[in-house]
Amino acid sequence: MSSREITLDEIESLAVGAWVLGTGGGGNPYLSLLNARALYKEGKRTQLIDSADLADDAYVAVIAGMGAPLVGIERLTDHRVFARAARLMETHTKRRFDAVMGMEIGGGNGVRPFLVAANLGIPVVDSDTMGRAYPEAQMTSVAVGDLTPYPMTVVDVRGLESVIEKVPSWKWAERVGRKIVVEYGSTASTCQPPRTGAEVKKWGIHGTTTKAIAIGHAVREAQRTHADPVAAILAVEPGKILFSGKVIDVERRVTDGYLRGVTRFDGLDDFRQSVLTVDFQNEWIVASCDGEPLAMTPDLICVLDSVSGEAVGSETIRYGQRVTVIALPPPAVFLTPKGMEHVGPRAFGYDLDYRSVFSA
Amino acid sequence: MRRIGIDVGGTNTDAVLIEDGKVVRAMKAPTSEDVTTGILDSLKSLGSTGLLLDGQGGGKKIDGVMIGTTHFINAVVQRRHLTKVAALRLGMPAAASLPPFCDWPEDLAALVCGGVWMVEGGHEYDGRPFMPLDEAAVTKAAREMKAKGLKSVGISSIFSPLDPAHERRAAELVSAEMPDAVVTCSSDLGRIGLLERENAGLLNAALAELSRDTIAAFEKAIRDSGIAAPLFITQNDGTVAEASQARRLPVYSFASGATNSMRGAAYLSGLQDAMVIDVGGTTTDVGQLKNGFPREANSVVKVGGVRTLFRMPDLLSIGLGGGSHVALDPLKVGPVSVGYRLLKDGLAFGGRQLTTTDIAIAAGVLRLGDRGKVAHLDAATCQRVFAEAARLADEAIDRMKTEAGDVTLIAVGGGAFLIPDTLPGVSEVIHVEHGDCANAVGAAIAQVSGECDQIFKDLTRVGAIAAAQGIANDRAVAAGADRKTLQTIESEDMPLAYLPGNSVRVRVRVVGDVAAG
Repeated sequence: MSSREITLDEIESLAVGAWVLGTGGGGNPYLSLLNARALYKEGKRTQLIDSADLADDAYVAVIAGMGAPLVGIERLTDHRVFARAARLMETHTKRRFDAVMGMEIGGGNGVRPFLVAANLGIPVVDSDTMGRAYPEAQMTSVAVGDLTPYPMTVVDVRGLESVIEKVPSWKWAERVGRKIVVEYGSTASTCQPPRTGAEVKKWGIHGTTTKAIAIGHAVREAQRTHADPVAAILAVEPGKILFSGKVIDVERRVTDGYLRGVTRFDGLDDFRQSVLTVDFQNEWIVASCDGEPLAMTPDLICVLDSVSGEAVGSETIRYGQRVTVIALPPPAVFLTPKGMEHVGPRAFGYDLDYRSVFSA
Repeated sequence: MRRIGIDVGGTNTDAVLIEDGKVVRAMKAPTSEDVTTGILDSLKSLGSTGLLLDGQGGGKKIDGVMIGTTHFINAVVQRRHLTKVAALRLGMPAAASLPPFCDWPEDLAALVCGGVWMVEGGHEYDGRPFMPLDEAAVTKAAREMKAKGLKSVGISSIFSPLDPAHERRAAELVSAEMPDAVVTCSSDLGRIGLLERENAGLLNAALAELSRDTIAAFEKAIRDSGIAAPLFITQNDGTVAEASQARRLPVYSFASGATNSMRGAAYLSGLQDAMVIDVGGTTTDVGQLKNGFPREANSVVKVGGVRTLFRMPDLLSIGLGGGSHVALDPLKVGPVSVGYRLLKDGLAFGGRQLTTTDIAIAAGVLRLGDRGKVAHLDAATCQRVFAEAARLADEAIDRMKTEAGDVTLIAVGGGAFLIPDTLPGVSEVIHVEHGDCANAVGAAIAQVSGECDQIFKDLTRVGAIAAAQGIANDRAVAAGADRKTLQTIESEDMPLAYLPGNSVRVRVRVVGDVAAG
């Protein structure tokens, strides 16, 4: 198995890049980054491997934090709790993990596999199951592939431990898991249904950690040299600028446990005279320019601070912020009819046929 | 109403006397090394005008002396006069991997950190206890702090802005063991976000001794000047706190200088909503007035490299001012400045450095120094420099705009002559009388505020906002406001994703006039 050591500087970049790939949600990776810094200071190191290097029968942990970002910034993140979620799964299934991967590269969850890897002494697989952030458990490549949706462990810092032994579908996994997380105080560490090496190779979304590191590195370098950070991202990713402007309105409401709403932007520079609206359900879902749909899920819609290039989240975006909105291409697995069922515009309640901003 | 406002800046100490809503007298003096002498001098020179006498051998009644100072933020930035702090966090077993001081710059942590204690306690988002408070562990920690000779304690607890009970109980237990220690509770500083709130609390605790000494010195300066009036300290949000409260929470005065300028600009112009540009000697601050108050920064603000989250004005600072260096070929204005050495280093004053002030003297805009020494600067050259300064100012104004339309701009500060009467994207540029002392005016007219920022469950949106308003009103009154004059200046609500029971986070801020003693 070929692997390479990941430096702390790369994890610093990963945190910036994962927040960009969070497409508005997923929670800011800052607290996970602080944990990684603490682990590296203790002398811990982590390795990254390609999925291609996994044995078909390798046993792979899939890690995710679940809950409300607002609770997360009070209870903070403790790397040992994520390690415990994985350990509990090992105990429950009586099998040791060979490697760990993230459920979602976007947001704080993009960094968390490294916290588990440092504790368990296993490598991180350069793959995830979303290629971005999404709000629900069935919005993953492994759910599109109809892989087994159980068992799942849900752990909290006080020692509460739950195992979801069996559920009939990914939607049920989401429903039951969410109930437990709410009881825990709306924050928990989870080990999602484990995957074999063969499953990861077939259904994983590959190279996403490397991609996030490259995006973050581009942004940080641009900040250091006072270059244009958005141009720097587009130099490493085949993305498109959708809009550049200023936030003129943010309307938020909670329905069915999600933060939904619309953000409106007034155009600046090349986009003067235009208005962009972006609908969100935790993540940015549909962007429309002057009323016409412009980009939609599963295309990644990323709202970036025009000056720093860092991502702006839907929970914290505020009136007057100057932003550049870009689109990044979606993972291929979501472009099939089955993929569209899970994460297309209709999965979020929009009566729209998916049209990629990249097909034009 | 008769008040004295004083702004102690890096270069000048400005003082104004306001009587019945009018600026009666304004003065500017160089800031003294020890801060206090400058204040005493200002008060004495106000007194020497006879304006403070009632004409029958007695002094007129002064309702308050309001002082704004950059003293505390400078201490953090320059790493001077800081106290060692014991950090006590209530929230175990959560967050053990990220202890207090974990994201501080190492040099500052080494200066301030006197030890870290983490014990069980804290709350959930809905008010349930996260863990019961481990009182025995708090007492044991306090004994250890005492044994180490620590005198200032910063206490933080999970979700304490929603329920400060654990922090308050822990403070009692600590005080029982160490009666002379100064205790800062993070809930007194506000917002959700444990690390940032805790950091603000620890910075505050680190300023405990400096704050006590500085405010005692301010009080002495007032006494020595023969003025009998209570002391108020101006806050980041354009309000004031009584000296006793300000002494406890020095971090709240971190950015008060810039805020005072903006508030002063609103007062002198009579405008409530406008852009303000405050051109000083070295820097220019641009901010937006909303309802007469500066718009607040909503995000994390770094102070001396420490991430914090509390009331701070949303400002943009650029390196442009009356002392800015000017180079003519190629043309460059700022960001370097001669600062307080302007009257020595500027060309018109016999120095060797060309500054924006020299340009203004050459152009006849300012009557200062020796115009003969800058006679070689022709009108076209002056025009080019003014145009460059205007371009820098305009860029900053445009970046601070929140709406596409043209804005009204109020230009204040000693360097306001650099702002022309017309700018692109600006409908009107307003220069006001006493604009060079706008900061001291802002201090003199400051009000008292109260804030509530917490999560409400199972209430209608209207009910939640009303509940928040009640809490904010009570806090303002507790801080010295007259209840009859309270008005809401900010109300913001946000539903919370994932949390059940229609949870909504409401932030309300009210202000009122200082209650008559």
